[in-house]
Amino acid sequence: MNTKQNDSLIIGGKELKSRFFLGTGKFASKQLLADTIAASQTEIVTVALRRIDLERHEENILEYIPDNITLLTNTSGARNAKEAVRIARLAQEAGYGNWIKIEVINDSKYLLPDNNETIKATEILSKEGFVVLPYMFPDLYCARELVAVGAATVMPLASPIGSSLGLQAKTFIEILINEINIPIIVDAGIGLPSQAADAMAIGADAVLVNTAIATAENPVAAAASFAQAIKEGRQAFLTTSPEPTLKASASSPLTGFLYEDTAS
Amino acid sequence: MNLSLNNIKSILNNNDPAVTEALAQKASALTRQYFGRTIALYTPLYISNYCSSYCTYCGFNSHHKINRIKLTPEQIDQEAGRIAEMGIEDLLILTGESYQMTPLPYLKKSVTICKKYFPSIGMEIHPLEEVEYRDLFHAGVDGITIYQETYNRNRYQEVHLSGKKADYDFRYNAPERIARAGIRRISIGILLGLSSIAEDLCALFEHLRFMERNFPGVEYSISFPRLRKIKGRDFSICDVTDIDFIKTICMTRILFPRVGINLSTRESETLRNHALELGVTRISAASNTAVGGYSLESPEEQEPQFDIADDRSVPQIIALLKSKNFDPILTDWRRIENS
Repeated sequence: MNTKQNDSLIIGGKELKSRFFLGTGKFASKQLLADTIAASQTEIVTVALRRIDLERHEENILEYIPDNITLLTNTSGARNAKEAVRIARLAQEAGYGNWIKIEVINDSKYLLPDNNETIKATEILSKEGFVVLPYMFPDLYCARELVAVGAATVMPLASPIGSSLGLQAKTFIEILINEINIPIIVDAGIGLPSQAADAMAIGADAVLVNTAIATAENPVAAAASFAQAIKEGRQAFLTTSPEPTLKASASSPLTGFLYEDTAS
Repeated sequence: MNLSLNNIKSILNNNDPAVTEALAQKASALTRQYFGRTIALYTPLYISNYCSSYCTYCGFNSHHKINRIKLTPEQIDQEAGRIAEMGIEDLLILTGESYQMTPLPYLKKSVTICKKYFPSIGMEIHPLEEVEYRDLFHAGVDGITIYQETYNRNRYQEVHLSGKKADYDFRYNAPERIARAGIRRISIGILLGLSSIAEDLCALFEHLRFMERNFPGVEYSISFPRLRKIKGRDFSICDVTDIDFIKTICMTRILFPRVGINLSTRESETLRNHALELGVTRISAASNTAVGGYSLESPEEQEPQFDIADDRSVPQIIALLKSKNFDPILTDWRRIENS
């Protein structure tokens, strides 16, 4: 059995102890965000470049994110690959590192990601040396394509962003978990700690949560609860035998005949 | 209670306070779910009050003998700089509707100047052709606001007596032209008080649904300013109570969970404070509706387009939002050059 000590997640050469990614939108204050980050024990937070005040007029959100946390800038607002690529380059030029979460959304009503454009952007940015974490609709062909063009992870949605509908796409995420060899981070739609635990228990490598925490009555407590659930879910995955039991049952009505001679 | 376009009228006519509260609870929960505790701020910049339209309810209309002003490029620069100093990063440039006095080159020039100060620029101007909107997009415009005012054609003709604005269809089709031109954010709306609220709301929602289906990539927002008095004169036709107004915000949020709802300083401080909890996602701050009102003219010397009811400064609004447990958002846009 794996133990927690050797159960780290490696993305872009970085070893992560926490499997909890935190989104930073929708918080009532930046101090509350900082407190929530601490309670979550996360090592990766995602921030939309469009929310970073490059002109420094307002309290800069980045001042509330501790230095030991890896900043995952996202391309929120991009409607196609070209725009996502521009936003990623802008983030890098502004000094926010080379980790980029690709979000290409061209539907303001459901906010579903455009997989085709996401693949194009991932290919370009991977070649440029970015560590690319693409947000995607859980489609096996697209996930394979993302692996082929150099994605560091795939981030399939559990259900539409902000919906808190939980693991609606569970079956399809399980297919990705079975077939894709890079880390799978379940992103979007996780509304409850139990849903996060469920995602981890089926074998996701990490979970990203934002709305459910930012809009909770007590975001700090909610973050702690999610952190615990994600650990428990991971532990459940590691300690539950993934293979069906091989022991024969007491009787084998369908195949017992094959062994009747040897048994007698 | 299942809200649909079919029962908007009965909900507006229902005097039971419990109905209003039920709408508010649902709207408030949806707003928190989709927008969290954040409110975006913007400030309007009026650069011209020349107008060739005759809208009976408007302080800028061509039949009013008011002091007409159009800012020079230098003056626009000065005003924009003054607004940027306040900490505002999202600017809305407004004009009266004069194709002659504020032609496309003038509008483009104003955008070029303001781009130096603001990462996000919206415009509220007379309706243009698609190719002209595309020009503005390339000049740096992120959003366009265009209100139909009323969707009731007869009423529309009664209050828009002359000028290009009398052309109902040219205005109605403007959002489509704006979307085709590549503009990212479109704000549509009605002027509450001009016609039946229920009919206008239904038509506005149908217009929005049409736009969402055909142009899903655009970020939409809605406004429903109430007709304001202009220096004490009342031009409204239908009375729009605070209850009607709050119900309007709530119904919009319930039917369109992710759509932005803007609220201007036309509304009183008290109403604005309460509306923040119910569905409003973006408010104007430190608004001055007089041309040159931030750094040039003393506002008393000029006719405003309407009288503002909330004159709190940007720091005051920010402090208020924080005290109400909201994160005031100044930056939510980063322009990337579109070639």
